[in-house]
Amino acid sequence: MRNEPPTLHFEPADRCLTVDRLSVRYQGKAALRDVSLTVPRHRVTAFIGPSGCGKSTLLRSFNRMNDLIRGVEVTGRIQLFEDDILAPELDVTALRRRVGMVFQQPNPFPMSVFDNVAYGLRLQGLREQRALEGEVEWALRSAALWDEVKDRLDASALTLSGGQQQRLVIARAIAVRPEVLLLDEPASALDPISTLKIEELIGKLAEQYSIVVVTHNMQQAARVSHYTAFLYLGELVEFSGTDDLFTRPQARQTEDYITGRYG
Amino acid sequence: MSRPVGWRSGDGALWLSTGAVALTLLMTLALLGLLAQAGFGHFWPKALATVTFPERQGTPPVLAELREQSAFANAEGELEPRWLLRTGNRDWAAPDFRWVPVQGLGTVHFDPHAVELERRSWGPALGLLAPPGVPQAERQGAAEAALTALEAALRVPPGEREGALTLFAADGQRQALPYRQIVRYWLPNAMGWNAKLGVYFARLGAFLHEPPREANTEGGIFPALFGTVLMVMLMTVIVTPIGVIAAVYLHEYAPQGMLTQTLRVAVNNLAGVPSIVYGVFGLGFFVYGVGHRMDQALFADALPAPTFGTPGLLWASLTLALLTLPVMIVATEEGLSRVPRQLREASLALGATRLETLRKIILPSALPAVLTGVILAVARGAGEVAPLMLVGVVKLAPELPLDGTFPYLHLERQFMHLGFHIYDLAFQSPNVEAARPLVYTSALLLVIMIVLLNLGAVVLRAHLRGRHRDPLG
Repeated sequence: MRNEPPTLHFEPADRCLTVDRLSVRYQGKAALRDVSLTVPRHRVTAFIGPSGCGKSTLLRSFNRMNDLIRGVEVTGRIQLFEDDILAPELDVTALRRRVGMVFQQPNPFPMSVFDNVAYGLRLQGLREQRALEGEVEWALRSAALWDEVKDRLDASALTLSGGQQQRLVIARAIAVRPEVLLLDEPASALDPISTLKIEELIGKLAEQYSIVVVTHNMQQAARVSHYTAFLYLGELVEFSGTDDLFTRPQARQTEDYITGRYG
Repeated sequence: MSRPVGWRSGDGALWLSTGAVALTLLMTLALLGLLAQAGFGHFWPKALATVTFPERQGTPPVLAELREQSAFANAEGELEPRWLLRTGNRDWAAPDFRWVPVQGLGTVHFDPHAVELERRSWGPALGLLAPPGVPQAERQGAAEAALTALEAALRVPPGEREGALTLFAADGQRQALPYRQIVRYWLPNAMGWNAKLGVYFARLGAFLHEPPREANTEGGIFPALFGTVLMVMLMTVIVTPIGVIAAVYLHEYAPQGMLTQTLRVAVNNLAGVPSIVYGVFGLGFFVYGVGHRMDQALFADALPAPTFGTPGLLWASLTLALLTLPVMIVATEEGLSRVPRQLREASLALGATRLETLRKIILPSALPAVLTGVILAVARGAGEVAPLMLVGVVKLAPELPLDGTFPYLHLERQFMHLGFHIYDLAFQSPNVEAARPLVYTSALLLVIMIVLLNLGAVVLRAHLRGRHRDPLG
């Protein structure tokens, strides 16, 4: 039995996602082992670690995207507030409306800017044009994209730049007003200026959403997050306040990683 | 470092591949060129020559089109050039085509009063409007009088026409040709270029919109054109949804294991089954199996006369749909596999179900590939003849499968098809020389029709692709 990793505990009212001894195996190969942590409400939590450490797997467990992979086994427990999201009878589409996700590569649909943002709303049965327009504008404003695209809402989303596409994807995700926003290396495919814009956006969105961001850029984690979890080889090594983790790491592996000795 | 020489330089491979492309292009152009030259020329008014045979005693002069020259071996085994003369007048001066040795020909003279007439039966009539061998002024007057009478007669509907045109053969013999037999006439030796063009388009137009006459060697090919297009459309309507749904199952839902892979290989192999085999299957399964049972269930009072239990449009379309299904499935699956995983994930992560993702994201993205499948299926289906002979195509269909009587689209009717029409003209015609130009013309039309059908789908696909700057290509 290994030692419990250094971790943080939150008041029940501040807990958004509660992970309890989560293990994930792909075709018998362990990707996550006994991970327990709590993602706090209305804060930015970063997952860092070298490639293959399981940080994306953990993120994709929060909206059950791992279900799409054949031969996946998940044990343990994840709660979104009071709800057990690993329950087999859970309506996965409803969960995914509550837990939005943004991927590494900007992936707008090959349709207009407006239709991209309206996609999730229409799925939920919102048909009235005026209501749609209001919601789309709100989402684009929240994603700090409105001023750049308000004159070309009918243009194809694929004509936007990479950074704009990524903010469009964020707008698309928040248009359905999720409770949690999962960002899987949201800036790794972008140039420095676009990255900066995304980071500013993350800071702003944290006022209304609980955000989990996966990154392998430690400076980025330090800049945008309030809490940081370090994962290594499928295990949680350390979870603490971002400042503490980067200035006073408690685990030896964390220290090695943030000082650049591996990863 | 010296540049590699010989085969290793790679220049040989370049030349080889360029040569292969050039050869392909050349063969295609040669094919189209031959069809265009032999097919389009048929309706052009050709000069009519009065030919004499001085070496052969007792052979009267004839009025004929000099069709072509080629060499034949004579009794001594030497090659000897001969002319093919088209003399027409099958009813009173058969045969209407004859080969004569060039050496036997005497003078060749183009009489301005020569006329060619298209008739309702017996093929074209060739003759002179004025008797030969009389003074020119007299001939002129006679020809003008005959023309005025002919034009006046043609203004009346055919059933009400009275009287007959007097035609003179080159040897002065008279023949009476009733006006009601005449479709149109032209004076090829006295016409300007513009007038010839007028006749050309009038004949081409008639060819496109009239039904055939005279065992398909006269008249038009409209029923065949119509039957081909209708059958291809029905086939497309049947094969597209089935092919897309099957491809969606294979690619999106089926577990990707040995079984699915075997299924996929089997589908691919179906594309290689000879088409006549599909015809036999269509006859055995659709016509005798399904059709017979449909008759028993729905048209029992008409039995023993079959309604659907006989070859017809529906069975032909279904058989061809089956034949083109593999092409459709393969093309669609190709398109589905090119839809990026990120798009599916994005849709699912927004709370879409798999069906919603399929309907709103995956299928629209795969649509250009589906249309590619349609293009390939149409190209394959429209050119297919062998299976159709078993399941619904006939030499001459009395009625079109689409008309004004309820239920308008008569799926049980037999129909005519351009491909089969070509076969019929080329091999089954009682009059080979008369049918030969029509073979080319029909073949050319078949090619043009397939090109047009494909072009429509290509334009549609380009339009769909252009709507978004599509990274899927």
